[in-house]
Amino acid sequence: MAPIDSYLALVGFGQTGWGWLLLTAAAMTIGVSVCGFLTGTLIGTVVTFMQLSRHLTIRWLADCYTTVLRGVPDLLVIYLFYFGGSAFLGSLGGMFGYQGFIGMPAFLTGTLALGAVSAAYQAEVFRGAYRSVARGEIEAAIAVGMRPWPKFRRIVAPLVLRYAIPGLGNTWQLVLKESALISVTGLVELLRQSQIGAGSTRRPFEFYLTAVVLYLVITWLSSILFRRMEARTIQGTRRAL
Amino acid sequence: MDLGFMWDTFLTLLTGLPLTLELAVTSVVAGSALALAISLLAVTGGEIGRTVTRGYVFVFRGSPLLVQMFLIYYGLGQFRHGLQDLGVWGFFREPYWCAVLALTLNTAAYCSEIFRGGLLAVSAQEIEAARACGMSGILLFRRIILPIAIRHALPAYGNEIILMIKATALASVITIMEVTGLAGKLIADSFRAFEIFIVAGAIYLAIIFIVTRMLMAVDFWLSPHVRMRLQS
Repeated sequence: MAPIDSYLALVGFGQTGWGWLLLTAAAMTIGVSVCGFLTGTLIGTVVTFMQLSRHLTIRWLADCYTTVLRGVPDLLVIYLFYFGGSAFLGSLGGMFGYQGFIGMPAFLTGTLALGAVSAAYQAEVFRGAYRSVARGEIEAAIAVGMRPWPKFRRIVAPLVLRYAIPGLGNTWQLVLKESALISVTGLVELLRQSQIGAGSTRRPFEFYLTAVVLYLVITWLSSILFRRMEARTIQGTRRAL
Repeated sequence: MDLGFMWDTFLTLLTGLPLTLELAVTSVVAGSALALAISLLAVTGGEIGRTVTRGYVFVFRGSPLLVQMFLIYYGLGQFRHGLQDLGVWGFFREPYWCAVLALTLNTAAYCSEIFRGGLLAVSAQEIEAARACGMSGILLFRRIILPIAIRHALPAYGNEIILMIKATALASVITIMEVTGLAGKLIADSFRAFEIFIVAGAIYLAIIFIVTRMLMAVDFWLSPHVRMRLQS
Protein backbone atom coordinates (compact mmCIF):
# COMPACT_ATOMS: atom_id res chain seq x y z
CA MET A 1 0.00 0.00 0.00
CA ALA A 2 3.04 2.26 -0.30
CA PRO A 3 1.84 4.16 -3.41
CA ILE A 4 -1.46 5.01 -1.75
CA ASP A 5 0.25 6.20 1.43
CA SER A 6 2.63 8.41 -0.52
CA TYR A 7 -0.30 9.75 -2.55
CA LEU A 8 -2.24 10.60 0.60
CA ALA A 9 0.82 12.33 2.07
CA LEU A 10 1.06 14.37 -1.14
CA VAL A 11 -2.51 15.64 -1.35
CA GLY A 12 -3.39 15.28 2.33
CA PHE A 13 -3.53 17.96 4.98
CA GLY A 14 -0.30 17.08 6.76
CA GLN A 15 2.83 19.20 6.89
CA THR A 16 3.98 18.35 3.39
CA GLY A 17 0.50 17.89 2.01
CA TRP A 18 -1.05 20.11 -0.65
CA GLY A 19 -4.60 19.49 0.55
CA TRP A 20 -5.44 22.97 1.80
CA LEU A 21 -3.90 24.66 -1.23
CA LEU A 22 -5.91 22.46 -3.56
CA LEU A 23 -9.12 23.11 -1.64
CA THR A 24 -8.51 26.86 -1.66
CA ALA A 25 -7.87 26.65 -5.38
CA ALA A 26 -11.12 24.73 -5.81
CA ALA A 27 -12.89 27.53 -3.96
CA MET A 28 -11.27 29.99 -6.39
CA THR A 29 -12.55 27.90 -9.30
CA ILE A 30 -16.05 28.09 -7.86
CA GLY A 31 -15.65 31.82 -7.17
CA VAL A 32 -14.53 32.79 -10.65
CA SER A 33 -17.17 30.50 -12.19
CA VAL A 34 -19.98 32.03 -10.13
CA CYS A 35 -18.85 35.58 -10.96
CA GLY A 36 -18.50 34.69 -14.65
CA PHE A 37 -21.87 32.97 -14.70
CA LEU A 38 -23.66 35.91 -13.05
CA THR A 39 -21.96 38.37 -15.40
CA GLY A 40 -23.13 36.12 -18.20
CA THR A 41 -26.69 36.21 -16.87
CA LEU A 42 -26.59 39.99 -16.84
CA ILE A 43 -25.21 40.33 -20.38
CA GLY A 44 -27.35 37.43 -21.56
CA THR A 45 -30.52 39.14 -20.36
CA VAL A 46 -29.60 42.27 -22.31
CA VAL A 47 -28.85 40.18 -25.42
CA THR A 48 -32.18 38.39 -25.06
CA PHE A 49 -33.99 41.73 -24.98
CA MET A 50 -32.07 42.70 -28.10
CA GLN A 51 -33.08 39.44 -29.80
CA LEU A 52 -36.72 40.16 -29.04
CA SER A 53 -36.46 43.74 -30.23
CA ARG A 54 -38.70 45.19 -32.91
CA HIS A 55 -35.75 46.77 -34.71
CA LEU A 56 -33.97 44.67 -37.30
CA THR A 57 -30.55 46.21 -36.61
CA ILE A 58 -30.69 45.44 -32.89
CA ARG A 59 -31.80 41.89 -33.60
CA TRP A 60 -28.96 41.55 -36.08
CA LEU A 61 -26.42 42.81 -33.52
CA ALA A 62 -27.65 40.29 -30.95
CA ASP A 63 -27.46 37.56 -33.57
CA CYS A 64 -23.86 38.51 -34.38
CA TYR A 65 -22.98 38.40 -30.69
CA THR A 66 -24.34 34.90 -30.08
CA THR A 67 -22.91 33.55 -33.35
CA VAL A 68 -19.40 34.91 -32.80
CA LEU A 69 -19.11 34.08 -29.10
CA ARG A 70 -20.40 30.56 -29.63
CA GLY A 71 -18.32 29.98 -32.75
CA VAL A 72 -14.92 31.14 -31.54
CA PRO A 73 -12.71 29.11 -29.17
CA ASP A 74 -13.01 30.34 -25.59
CA LEU A 75 -9.26 30.46 -25.28
CA LEU A 76 -9.21 33.22 -27.90
CA VAL A 77 -11.79 35.19 -25.92
CA ILE A 78 -9.61 34.87 -22.82
CA TYR A 79 -6.56 36.06 -24.77
CA LEU A 80 -8.63 38.99 -26.06
CA PHE A 81 -9.64 40.09 -22.58
CA TYR A 82 -6.27 39.42 -20.98
CA PHE A 83 -3.98 41.03 -23.55
CA GLY A 84 -6.54 43.55 -24.77
CA GLY A 85 -7.27 44.59 -21.20
CA SER A 86 -3.59 44.85 -20.38
CA ALA A 87 -2.93 46.97 -23.47
CA PHE A 88 -5.86 49.20 -22.52
CA LEU A 89 -4.61 49.58 -18.95
CA GLY A 90 -1.11 50.23 -20.32
CA SER A 91 -2.31 53.07 -22.51
CA LEU A 92 -4.34 54.41 -19.59
CA GLY A 93 -1.18 54.29 -17.47
CA GLY A 94 0.71 56.01 -20.29
CA MET A 95 -1.65 58.97 -20.01
CA PHE A 96 -0.60 59.35 -16.39
CA GLY A 97 3.06 59.06 -17.27
CA TYR A 98 3.55 55.42 -16.28
CA GLN A 99 5.63 53.56 -18.84
CA GLY A 100 5.42 49.84 -18.43
CA PHE A 101 3.35 46.74 -18.48
CA ILE A 102 0.19 46.76 -16.41
CA GLY A 103 -1.23 43.27 -16.26
CA MET A 104 -4.96 42.81 -16.37
CA PRO A 105 -6.11 41.38 -13.00
CA ALA A 106 -6.56 37.67 -13.60
CA PHE A 107 -9.80 37.32 -11.65
CA LEU A 108 -11.41 40.19 -13.55
CA THR A 109 -10.20 38.72 -16.85
CA GLY A 110 -11.75 35.40 -15.93
CA THR A 111 -15.04 36.94 -14.87
CA LEU A 112 -15.33 39.02 -18.02
CA ALA A 113 -14.26 36.28 -20.43
CA LEU A 114 -16.49 33.62 -18.86
CA GLY A 115 -19.29 36.19 -18.68
CA ALA A 116 -18.97 37.17 -22.33
CA VAL A 117 -18.97 33.55 -23.52
CA SER A 118 -21.67 32.24 -21.21
CA ALA A 119 -23.88 35.25 -22.04
CA ALA A 120 -24.15 33.98 -25.60
CA TYR A 121 -25.33 30.56 -24.40
CA GLN A 122 -27.58 31.98 -21.69
CA ALA A 123 -29.23 34.37 -24.16
CA GLU A 124 -30.28 31.38 -26.26
CA VAL A 125 -31.57 29.59 -23.16
CA PHE A 126 -33.57 32.66 -22.10
CA ARG A 127 -34.97 33.17 -25.57
CA GLY A 128 -36.17 29.58 -25.71
CA ALA A 129 -37.67 29.89 -22.23
CA TYR A 130 -39.40 33.16 -23.11
CA ARG A 131 -41.03 31.43 -26.07
CA SER A 132 -42.43 28.82 -23.70
CA VAL A 133 -44.14 31.39 -21.49
CA ALA A 134 -47.84 31.34 -22.29
CA ARG A 135 -48.89 34.50 -24.14
CA GLY A 136 -52.01 34.76 -21.99
CA GLU A 137 -50.01 35.28 -18.80
CA ILE A 138 -48.19 38.26 -20.27
CA GLU A 139 -51.38 39.62 -21.76
CA ALA A 140 -53.03 39.26 -18.36
CA ALA A 141 -50.24 41.32 -16.81
CA ILE A 142 -50.78 44.04 -19.40
CA ALA A 143 -54.53 43.84 -18.94
CA VAL A 144 -54.31 44.57 -15.22
CA GLY A 145 -52.24 47.63 -16.10
CA MET A 146 -48.74 46.51 -15.14
CA ARG A 147 -45.98 48.77 -16.35
CA PRO A 148 -43.00 47.17 -18.16
CA TRP A 149 -40.69 46.88 -15.13
CA PRO A 150 -43.15 45.33 -12.64
CA LYS A 151 -44.39 43.11 -15.45
CA PHE A 152 -40.85 41.89 -16.07
CA ARG A 153 -39.95 41.50 -12.40
CA ARG A 154 -43.13 39.84 -11.18
CA ILE A 155 -44.43 37.94 -14.19
CA VAL A 156 -41.94 37.46 -17.00
CA ALA A 157 -38.72 36.84 -15.06
CA PRO A 158 -40.08 34.13 -12.70
CA LEU A 159 -41.83 32.34 -15.54
CA VAL A 160 -38.80 32.49 -17.83
CA LEU A 161 -36.57 31.27 -15.02
CA ARG A 162 -38.81 28.26 -14.46
CA TYR A 163 -38.34 27.10 -18.04
CA ALA A 164 -34.71 28.19 -18.21
CA ILE A 165 -33.30 26.30 -15.22
CA PRO A 166 -32.45 23.02 -17.00
CA GLY A 167 -30.68 24.97 -19.76
CA LEU A 168 -28.95 27.19 -17.24
CA GLY A 169 -27.70 24.07 -15.46
CA ASN A 170 -25.95 23.02 -18.67
CA THR A 171 -24.46 26.49 -19.08
CA TRP A 172 -23.20 26.44 -15.52
CA GLN A 173 -21.40 23.14 -16.11
CA LEU A 174 -19.90 24.68 -19.23
CA VAL A 175 -18.65 27.72 -17.31
CA LEU A 176 -17.25 25.55 -14.55
CA LYS A 177 -15.22 23.52 -17.00
CA GLU A 178 -14.14 26.56 -18.97
CA SER A 179 -12.84 28.19 -15.81
CA ALA A 180 -9.88 25.81 -16.13
CA LEU A 181 -8.76 27.85 -19.16
CA ILE A 182 -8.35 30.92 -16.95
CA SER A 183 -5.21 29.22 -15.66
CA VAL A 184 -3.40 30.53 -18.76
CA THR A 185 -3.68 34.05 -17.32
CA GLY A 186 -2.06 32.89 -14.08
CA LEU A 187 -5.12 32.92 -11.83
CA VAL A 188 -4.45 30.33 -9.14
CA GLU A 189 -7.54 28.21 -9.55
CA LEU A 190 -7.69 24.43 -9.39
CA LEU A 191 -5.81 23.68 -12.59
CA ARG A 192 -3.12 26.31 -12.02
CA GLN A 193 -2.55 25.12 -8.46
CA SER A 194 -2.21 21.57 -9.78
CA GLN A 195 0.35 22.80 -12.31
CA ILE A 196 2.30 24.49 -9.53
CA GLY A 197 2.17 21.38 -7.38
CA ALA A 198 3.10 19.15 -10.30
CA GLY A 199 6.05 21.37 -11.15
CA SER A 200 7.46 21.57 -7.67
CA THR A 201 7.04 17.90 -6.70
CA ARG A 202 7.46 16.38 -10.18
CA ARG A 203 4.38 14.26 -9.68
CA PRO A 204 2.00 15.62 -12.30
CA PHE A 205 -0.09 12.45 -12.53
CA GLU A 206 -1.23 12.59 -8.89
CA PHE A 207 -1.99 16.31 -9.04
CA TYR A 208 -3.98 16.28 -12.28
CA LEU A 209 -5.84 13.17 -11.16
CA THR A 210 -6.79 14.96 -7.94
CA ALA A 211 -7.88 17.97 -9.97
CA VAL A 212 -10.11 15.74 -12.10
CA VAL A 213 -11.67 14.26 -8.96
CA LEU A 214 -12.27 17.69 -7.41
CA TYR A 215 -13.88 18.95 -10.63
CA LEU A 216 -16.11 15.88 -10.66
CA VAL A 217 -17.16 16.53 -7.07
CA ILE A 218 -18.03 20.14 -7.92
CA THR A 219 -20.02 19.24 -11.03
CA TRP A 220 -21.80 16.46 -9.17
CA LEU A 221 -22.77 18.71 -6.26
CA SER A 222 -23.93 21.47 -8.57
CA SER A 223 -26.08 19.07 -10.58
CA ILE A 224 -27.84 18.14 -7.31
CA LEU A 225 -28.29 21.84 -6.52
CA PHE A 226 -29.82 22.56 -9.93
CA ARG A 227 -32.16 19.60 -9.61
CA ARG A 228 -33.37 21.01 -6.27
CA MET A 229 -33.87 24.45 -7.77
CA GLU A 230 -35.84 22.96 -10.62
CA ALA A 231 -38.05 21.11 -8.18
CA ARG A 232 -38.64 24.38 -6.32
CA THR A 233 -39.56 26.45 -9.36
CA ILE A 234 -42.05 23.96 -10.72
CA GLN A 235 -43.98 23.84 -7.44
CA GLY A 236 -47.68 24.26 -8.02
CA THR A 237 -47.56 23.51 -11.72
CA ARG A 238 -49.42 20.65 -13.24
CA ARG A 239 -47.36 18.42 -15.44
CA ALA A 240 -48.79 16.94 -18.59
CA LEU A 241 -45.92 14.50 -19.04
CA MET B 1 -7.73 49.17 -37.44
CA ASP B 2 -4.69 48.32 -39.53
CA LEU B 3 -5.70 46.27 -42.57
CA GLY B 4 -2.13 45.53 -43.62
CA PHE B 5 -1.36 44.10 -40.20
CA MET B 6 -4.53 42.03 -40.29
CA TRP B 7 -3.62 40.60 -43.70
CA ASP B 8 -0.18 39.59 -42.40
CA THR B 9 -1.85 38.04 -39.36
CA PHE B 10 -4.22 36.16 -41.62
CA LEU B 11 -1.34 34.72 -43.64
CA THR B 12 0.47 33.66 -40.47
CA LEU B 13 -2.61 32.07 -38.94
CA LEU B 14 -3.38 30.17 -42.16
CA THR B 15 -0.19 28.15 -41.63
CA GLY B 16 -1.81 26.75 -38.46
CA LEU B 17 -5.03 25.82 -40.23
CA PRO B 18 -3.92 22.37 -41.50
CA LEU B 19 -2.99 21.37 -37.95
CA THR B 20 -6.33 22.57 -36.55
CA LEU B 21 -8.25 20.63 -39.20
CA GLU B 22 -6.06 17.56 -38.77
CA LEU B 23 -6.66 17.55 -35.01
CA ALA B 24 -10.39 18.01 -35.48
CA VAL B 25 -10.81 15.35 -38.18
CA THR B 26 -8.63 12.73 -36.45
CA SER B 27 -10.32 13.12 -33.10
CA VAL B 28 -13.86 13.31 -34.50
CA VAL B 29 -13.34 10.13 -36.54
CA ALA B 30 -11.60 8.21 -33.74
CA GLY B 31 -14.00 9.60 -31.13
CA SER B 32 -17.07 8.60 -33.15
CA ALA B 33 -15.77 5.05 -33.59
CA LEU B 34 -15.11 4.77 -29.88
CA ALA B 35 -18.47 6.37 -29.08
CA LEU B 36 -20.26 3.85 -31.27
CA ALA B 37 -18.61 1.00 -29.36
CA ILE B 38 -19.47 2.63 -26.02
CA SER B 39 -23.09 3.27 -26.95
CA LEU B 40 -23.50 -0.31 -28.19
CA LEU B 41 -22.10 -1.50 -24.88
CA ALA B 42 -24.53 0.78 -23.05
CA VAL B 43 -27.53 -0.47 -25.02
CA THR B 44 -26.69 -4.18 -25.22
CA GLY B 45 -24.25 -4.71 -22.35
CA GLY B 46 -26.80 -5.18 -19.58
CA GLU B 47 -26.26 -3.89 -16.07
CA ILE B 48 -22.45 -4.02 -16.17
CA GLY B 49 -22.28 -2.34 -19.55
CA ARG B 50 -24.55 0.46 -18.38
CA THR B 51 -22.58 1.07 -15.20
CA VAL B 52 -19.22 1.12 -16.98
CA THR B 53 -20.38 3.45 -19.72
CA ARG B 54 -22.17 5.72 -17.26
CA GLY B 55 -18.96 6.04 -15.25
CA TYR B 56 -16.95 6.84 -18.36
CA VAL B 57 -19.41 9.49 -19.48
CA PHE B 58 -19.54 11.04 -16.00
CA VAL B 59 -15.76 11.36 -15.74
CA PHE B 60 -15.16 12.77 -19.21
CA ARG B 61 -18.12 15.13 -19.31
CA GLY B 62 -17.76 16.28 -15.72
CA SER B 63 -14.16 17.46 -15.81
CA PRO B 64 -12.49 20.08 -18.01
CA LEU B 65 -10.87 18.91 -21.24
CA LEU B 66 -7.75 20.90 -20.42
CA VAL B 67 -7.20 18.90 -17.22
CA GLN B 68 -7.69 15.66 -19.13
CA MET B 69 -5.12 16.83 -21.64
CA PHE B 70 -2.63 17.72 -18.89
CA LEU B 71 -3.25 14.39 -17.16
CA ILE B 72 -2.41 12.53 -20.36
CA TYR B 73 0.48 14.67 -21.55
CA TYR B 74 2.25 15.61 -18.31
CA GLY B 75 0.73 13.04 -15.96
CA LEU B 76 1.52 9.93 -17.97
CA GLY B 77 5.02 11.27 -18.60
CA GLN B 78 5.66 10.29 -14.98
CA PHE B 79 5.43 6.65 -15.98
CA ARG B 80 7.93 7.02 -18.77
CA HIS B 81 9.84 3.84 -17.99
CA GLY B 82 6.72 1.76 -17.69
CA LEU B 83 5.44 3.14 -20.98
CA GLN B 84 8.83 2.53 -22.60
CA ASP B 85 8.65 -1.09 -21.51
CA LEU B 86 5.23 -1.33 -23.10
CA GLY B 87 6.64 0.23 -26.26
CA VAL B 88 4.09 3.08 -26.35
CA TRP B 89 6.33 5.89 -25.12
CA GLY B 90 6.76 7.16 -28.68
CA PHE B 91 3.02 7.86 -28.71
CA PHE B 92 2.79 9.60 -25.33
CA ARG B 93 5.95 11.64 -25.92
CA GLU B 94 4.31 13.56 -28.75
CA PRO B 95 2.06 16.45 -27.67
CA TYR B 96 0.12 16.00 -30.91
CA TRP B 97 -0.93 12.42 -30.11
CA CYS B 98 -1.66 13.30 -26.49
CA ALA B 99 -3.95 16.09 -27.68
CA VAL B 100 -5.66 13.73 -30.13
CA LEU B 101 -6.10 11.12 -27.40
CA ALA B 102 -7.60 13.64 -24.95
CA LEU B 103 -9.93 15.10 -27.59
CA THR B 104 -10.96 11.61 -28.70
CA LEU B 105 -11.74 10.32 -25.21
CA ASN B 106 -13.62 13.54 -24.43
CA THR B 107 -15.75 13.63 -27.56
CA ALA B 108 -16.45 9.89 -27.31
CA ALA B 109 -18.18 10.52 -23.98
CA TYR B 110 -20.47 13.18 -25.46
CA CYS B 111 -21.04 11.31 -28.72
CA SER B 112 -21.83 8.02 -27.02
CA GLU B 113 -24.76 9.66 -25.25
CA ILE B 114 -25.93 11.13 -28.55
CA PHE B 115 -25.62 7.78 -30.32
CA ARG B 116 -27.32 5.98 -27.43
CA GLY B 117 -30.27 8.32 -27.84
CA GLY B 118 -30.23 7.65 -31.57
CA LEU B 119 -30.11 3.87 -31.14
CA LEU B 120 -32.94 3.94 -28.61
CA ALA B 121 -34.97 6.04 -31.04
CA VAL B 122 -35.04 3.24 -33.64
CA SER B 123 -38.57 1.95 -33.29
CA ALA B 124 -39.36 -1.69 -32.65
CA GLN B 125 -41.60 -1.78 -35.73
CA GLU B 126 -38.74 -0.83 -38.02
CA ILE B 127 -36.59 -3.62 -36.65
CA GLU B 128 -39.48 -6.07 -36.80
CA ALA B 129 -40.16 -5.12 -40.40
CA ALA B 130 -36.55 -5.81 -41.28
CA ARG B 131 -36.62 -9.12 -39.40
CA ALA B 132 -39.80 -10.06 -41.26
CA CYS B 133 -37.91 -9.57 -44.53
CA GLY B 134 -35.32 -12.03 -43.25
CA MET B 135 -32.66 -9.52 -42.23
CA SER B 136 -30.62 -10.10 -39.11
CA GLY B 137 -27.29 -9.54 -37.44
CA ILE B 138 -24.80 -7.21 -39.05
CA LEU B 139 -26.88 -6.69 -42.18
CA LEU B 140 -29.83 -5.51 -40.07
CA PHE B 141 -27.53 -3.22 -38.10
CA ARG B 142 -25.84 -1.79 -41.17
CA ARG B 143 -28.90 -1.34 -43.38
CA ILE B 144 -31.62 -0.42 -40.90
CA ILE B 145 -30.53 0.41 -37.36
CA LEU B 146 -27.45 2.49 -38.11
CA PRO B 147 -28.94 4.78 -40.80
CA ILE B 148 -32.05 5.46 -38.73
CA ALA B 149 -30.01 6.06 -35.58
CA ILE B 150 -27.68 8.42 -37.46
CA ARG B 151 -30.64 10.36 -38.80
CA HIS B 152 -32.02 10.82 -35.28
CA ALA B 153 -28.63 11.75 -33.85
CA LEU B 154 -27.38 14.04 -36.60
CA PRO B 155 -28.43 17.47 -35.24
CA ALA B 156 -26.85 16.82 -31.83
CA TYR B 157 -23.86 15.17 -33.48
CA GLY B 158 -23.37 18.26 -35.62
CA ASN B 159 -23.22 20.41 -32.48
CA GLU B 160 -20.60 18.10 -31.05
CA ILE B 161 -18.45 18.38 -34.19
CA ILE B 162 -18.59 22.18 -33.91
CA LEU B 163 -17.59 21.96 -30.25
CA MET B 164 -14.67 19.71 -31.20
CA ILE B 165 -13.40 22.17 -33.79
CA LYS B 166 -13.36 24.81 -31.08
CA ALA B 167 -11.85 22.41 -28.56
CA THR B 168 -8.78 21.84 -30.75
CA ALA B 169 -7.72 25.31 -29.58
CA LEU B 170 -6.78 23.76 -26.23
CA ALA B 171 -4.00 21.80 -27.92
CA SER B 172 -2.13 25.11 -28.09
CA VAL B 173 -1.71 24.95 -24.31
CA ILE B 174 0.44 21.82 -24.66
CA THR B 175 2.72 23.56 -27.18
CA ILE B 176 0.93 22.73 -30.43
CA MET B 177 1.02 25.68 -32.78
CA GLU B 178 -2.34 25.46 -34.49
CA VAL B 179 -4.46 28.55 -35.26
CA THR B 180 -5.10 29.57 -31.64
CA GLY B 181 -1.53 28.80 -30.63
CA LEU B 182 -0.21 31.09 -33.37
CA ALA B 183 -2.79 33.73 -32.49
CA GLY B 184 -1.81 33.62 -28.82
CA LYS B 185 1.84 33.99 -29.72
CA LEU B 186 1.12 36.91 -32.06
CA ILE B 187 -0.97 38.65 -29.40
CA ALA B 188 1.73 38.21 -26.77
CA ASP B 189 4.30 39.67 -29.20
CA SER B 190 2.32 42.60 -30.56
CA PHE B 191 -0.36 43.25 -27.91
CA ARG B 192 -2.87 43.95 -30.68
CA ALA B 193 -5.39 41.58 -29.21
CA PHE B 194 -8.46 42.96 -30.90
CA GLU B 195 -7.25 42.79 -34.51
CA ILE B 196 -5.79 39.31 -34.09
CA PHE B 197 -8.97 38.16 -32.38
CA ILE B 198 -11.01 39.31 -35.35
CA VAL B 199 -8.81 37.46 -37.84
CA ALA B 200 -8.55 34.25 -35.81
CA GLY B 201 -12.26 34.36 -34.97
CA ALA B 202 -13.12 34.82 -38.65
CA ILE B 203 -11.08 31.74 -39.55
CA TYR B 204 -12.93 29.61 -36.97
CA LEU B 205 -16.29 31.01 -38.00
CA ALA B 206 -15.50 30.22 -41.64
CA ILE B 207 -14.62 26.60 -40.79
CA ILE B 208 -17.78 26.24 -38.72
CA PHE B 209 -19.91 27.82 -41.44
CA ILE B 210 -18.61 25.32 -44.00
CA VAL B 211 -19.06 22.38 -41.62
CA THR B 212 -22.65 23.34 -40.78
CA ARG B 213 -23.47 23.55 -44.51
CA MET B 214 -21.95 20.09 -45.00
CA LEU B 215 -24.02 18.72 -42.13
CA MET B 216 -27.14 20.25 -43.64
CA ALA B 217 -26.31 18.50 -46.92
CA VAL B 218 -25.91 15.15 -45.13
CA ASP B 219 -29.21 15.71 -43.35
CA PHE B 220 -30.88 16.42 -46.71
CA TRP B 221 -29.35 13.30 -48.22
CA LEU B 222 -30.41 11.09 -45.30
CA SER B 223 -34.04 12.17 -45.31
CA PRO B 224 -35.49 11.39 -48.76
CA HIS B 225 -38.65 10.00 -47.12
CA VAL B 226 -39.40 13.37 -45.52
CA ARG B 227 -38.83 15.21 -48.77
CA MET B 228 -41.13 12.88 -50.68
CA ARG B 229 -43.85 13.48 -48.15
CA LEU B 230 -43.43 17.22 -48.55
CA GLN B 231 -43.59 17.07 -52.33
CA SER B 232 -46.77 15.02 -52.56
